[in-house]
Amino acid sequence: MSQTSAIDQLTAHVQHHFVDSDQQFESAKMGMWVFLVTEILFFGGLFAAYIVYRAWYPDLYIMASEQLDTFWGGVNTVVLIGSSLTVAMAIRSAQLNQQKGIVINLLITIALAFVFMVIKYFEYSHKFELGIFPGAYYTFEGIDHPQANIFFSIYYMMTGLHGVHVIVGIGLMVWLLVKARKGVFHSNYYTPVEITGLYWHLVDIIWIFLFPLLYLID
Amino acid sequence: MATEETARIKKLQVQRYKPEENPKVHFLNAEKGIWSWLTTIDHKRIGIMYLASIAVFFFIGGMLAILLRTELLTPAQNFVDANTYNQIFTLHGAIMIFFFLIPSVPAALGNLILPLQLGCKDVAFPRLNLASYYIYVIGALFTLTAIFTGGLDTGWTFYTPYSSTTSGSNVLLMTLGIFILGFSSILTGLNFIVTIHKLRAPGLTWSKLPLFQWSLYATSIIQVLATPVLAITLLLLTMERALSIGIFDPNLGGDPVLYQHFFWFYSHPAVYIMIVPGFGVISEIISTFSKKTIFGYWAIALSSLAIAFIGFLVWGHHMFTAGQSSLANMVFSFLTFLVGIPTGIKIFNWLATMYKGSIDMKTPMLYAMVFLFLFTIGGFTGIMLGALSVDIHVHDTYYVVAHFHYVMMGGMVMAFLGGLHYWWPKMFGKMYSEYWAKISCAIIFIGFNMTFLPQFVMGSQGMPRRYYNYIDQFQPFHQFSTIGSYVLGIGFFIMFGYLLHSLLRGKKATANPWGSRALEWQVSSPAPQHNFEHTPVIINGPYDYHKPMSEFQLGIAGSHNGHGSDADISQTNKEQAADKAK
Repeated sequence: MSQTSAIDQLTAHVQHHFVDSDQQFESAKMGMWVFLVTEILFFGGLFAAYIVYRAWYPDLYIMASEQLDTFWGGVNTVVLIGSSLTVAMAIRSAQLNQQKGIVINLLITIALAFVFMVIKYFEYSHKFELGIFPGAYYTFEGIDHPQANIFFSIYYMMTGLHGVHVIVGIGLMVWLLVKARKGVFHSNYYTPVEITGLYWHLVDIIWIFLFPLLYLID
Repeated sequence: MATEETARIKKLQVQRYKPEENPKVHFLNAEKGIWSWLTTIDHKRIGIMYLASIAVFFFIGGMLAILLRTELLTPAQNFVDANTYNQIFTLHGAIMIFFFLIPSVPAALGNLILPLQLGCKDVAFPRLNLASYYIYVIGALFTLTAIFTGGLDTGWTFYTPYSSTTSGSNVLLMTLGIFILGFSSILTGLNFIVTIHKLRAPGLTWSKLPLFQWSLYATSIIQVLATPVLAITLLLLTMERALSIGIFDPNLGGDPVLYQHFFWFYSHPAVYIMIVPGFGVISEIISTFSKKTIFGYWAIALSSLAIAFIGFLVWGHHMFTAGQSSLANMVFSFLTFLVGIPTGIKIFNWLATMYKGSIDMKTPMLYAMVFLFLFTIGGFTGIMLGALSVDIHVHDTYYVVAHFHYVMMGGMVMAFLGGLHYWWPKMFGKMYSEYWAKISCAIIFIGFNMTFLPQFVMGSQGMPRRYYNYIDQFQPFHQFSTIGSYVLGIGFFIMFGYLLHSLLRGKKATANPWGSRALEWQVSSPAPQHNFEHTPVIINGPYDYHKPMSEFQLGIAGSHNGHGSDADISQTNKEQAADKAK
């Protein structure tokens, strides 16, 4: 009897339409990869807008970029790369059946994501104080260029949309945390941890492109 | 060593399973009540819910078209004013494209048939599938709100700066609706790609994949790659209206042509979302009703992928007069001609399939014939529009209107109707009146040509599209076209009648009324709740009509496909014990 219940526990997660656990895992992973492709194209539209306007107004980009705080941008880059490491460690813990490790690593990842958002909040509010708003509401006079508002429209769209993705990631990891504390994940079933990790790496990689393109060009 | 080698080979014991005729329990009645439908994760039920929804939108869009044609009976004002007219054609376009054509074959018929043709129990992510349906509904609610709170008149393309500055606030609602709808399309595409990759039945290799699956695969790739770009474009447009971010608004230093590039980078591939799955349906129908192996299997399969690929490189041909550089115009024009090659390959392979086949002119085949005729006209006029000098002359005229109606309606809608009639017995287990179906098909064919052939003539003589009034010389053409649209409407009305009759009083259908070799016909009609009672095993291709039926109804012996698993294990254990004893 004990043997069959052990098998039940190992296969409880397999949904009715999959043949086995492997097929389910591979499907979920492939689905996530395809989803990441759509994310890249989603951001791709913004990168295209960035490229077009940078080709038209190269001097504007250099002037406007000076308004962005490279130090805090750099800190945020380190924070996000660190969180990518911890989420990868959470997956590793799940693969090794280390229940405590999953929880701790997820907690650190969530904390780092919050640090990122807090820094971003201070960056935004500093700009709003100066009157750097997107588009028609732009009132800042420190940049001597008629199209300065366009750069910041693109800046707010890109970082704002990235911020939304960070928040979604936090939500997903809180959900994982709740499940992990119940001991749902083990070496035979860690699909949600793995695919959330994939998503989180993408959020990280997009930031790694945004940081030099927006902050470092001056 | 030798023993180890043999141990690695998995032996599958297969046995023939004839489908049960007219089963008492099937997916339609296995669970009862409206709640069981609304919360279902069964791909077949979700497909039917999509089917019902797109039928409603097709009706709304069609009624709007009838209104437009009625207004155009006379050169001056007839019964609606100019602004209302603009709103009607905007809604007709947006509804027909986003709410009918794009989900028609992939989401409705595709959902129903894809797992059945792959020999699996469901799509890879059933809950995501249901979510995508509800996302579609939410998008539709936004759009309906936009319609009933005053409509909008930007055209279905929402070109800036008009769409970002026009006073009607409904642009925001409508674009948000379509933004939401896009996610439904993305999720369906994602689901299909993963299902085709990972859930094929034992023995179903890529070279035995039905051509409908290849076309859905190509379509899903387009959906997954193009739709996110539409999403970001509409998000930017929404922000443009809400916060005036200025990226597309020339008053704030933005560029309206950039909007057109973004929009058509999605919307041209979207044209292929609207036609490639139709190609797949036609391949299935022509092979089945010619009782013959499809001619040029790989040519048809790969030309779908080729169309998907080239489709991403031709968006600029919508902007020949929008201020693109002349070099870009030439490149886009040349690339546009390339689309004709894979499309021509398909047409010729279908014709070669029919050659010396034993053709059975049932209703689905009749629609396939109509498709071949109308789509060829639509395709050739498309090549003419891709030619730069001709396009400058007929740009934004009725010639363009007639062209895309021949492709979209004459192509995709006819393919959809063919597919609907082809798979109708599998969906509902009922037959429809063949007599009335053929009459309705003939009326639709005549009505369609009456409506749109005159528009080619008008367009080439300079009648601009989207105009409310026109000069007297066009009146005979417009009147002929309007009468044609009424004939078309009557055809659809008859179809509604006999399909309803079939649902209520129709004769029961057999499991395989067309004698097809494809996998979806090897289960009972309507399909069982979990598709296959026994995991199917495929040894022949879906078009191998020269092989006996007994080789197409194979399933793994002993296993119950994971349902009622207690019996399974004991059975398998016994077999294993017997094997060991040997």
